[in-house]
Amino acid sequence: MTINTIKDLLGAEVLCGSEHLENDVHSACGSDMMSDVLAYVKNQAVLLTGLVNAQVIRTAEMMDMMCVVFVRSKRPSSDMIELANECGIAVMTTPMRMYDACGILYSNGLRGNGESDG
Amino acid sequence: MNQMAEPLVFRFEVDGDNFTSAGQASVQVKKNLRQLGIDPETIRRVSIAMYEGEINMVIHAKGGEASVIVSDECIEIILADKGPGIANIEQAMQEGFSTAPDNVRSLGFGAGMGLPNMKRYTDEMQIDSVVGEGTTITMKVRY
Repeated sequence: MTINTIKDLLGAEVLCGSEHLENDVHSACGSDMMSDVLAYVKNQAVLLTGLVNAQVIRTAEMMDMMCVVFVRSKRPSSDMIELANECGIAVMTTPMRMYDACGILYSNGLRGNGESDG
Repeated sequence: MNQMAEPLVFRFEVDGDNFTSAGQASVQVKKNLRQLGIDPETIRRVSIAMYEGEINMVIHAKGGEASVIVSDECIEIILADKGPGIANIEQAMQEGFSTAPDNVRSLGFGAGMGLPNMKRYTDEMQIDSVVGEGTTITMKVRY
């Protein structure tokens, strides 16, 4: 699935990284706890979250993720956008809630790639 | 990666007053390691372990000093703080055990995963801690 498809499926607005929209991603995860993301994610390329602070972008960067989706219309600060740009991460915001956003992506084939401990 | 004559050392002061900036040193280390041509999986393990450690230093110890030593055999991360120390290391290593204040949980951390994650991603981890004096954590990631 491309990042652009995620944008369309979630009715999301791209806030930065539009040059990455054609990149392919193969798995995703959704969490507001960054330590859980750091613990369980392997090769997931998309992070869906309702948490809005700079640590979200840094966590995504540490995990080599390509895209962060903020749910419930949350909007990151300009500092966060700048950090995401530096890290080459696409950022978007969707009005959907976490459960719905994850469900729609999952049912369209974007899986969690969860290992047994995830 | 090319053979190195002597280990490369990166040193950072971790600012303990500002949660927003926590993790900056880890982001910088990740950039530096990429420039050295180190393989992405090793970089990821080092940067996640260091990032969790950096967050811990900000939450618990009002900051400290982080050093990353890149040698031919491994990458060593040393995190030294003058915080409260860890009274019971065995307990602190359990997933889900946390002494972080509630406000930290609203920031996405404090779930009791920091130290277990650091151990998970590194080949060696040693915790030297004295209550009331501080904690030094030494981690090694081999290529």
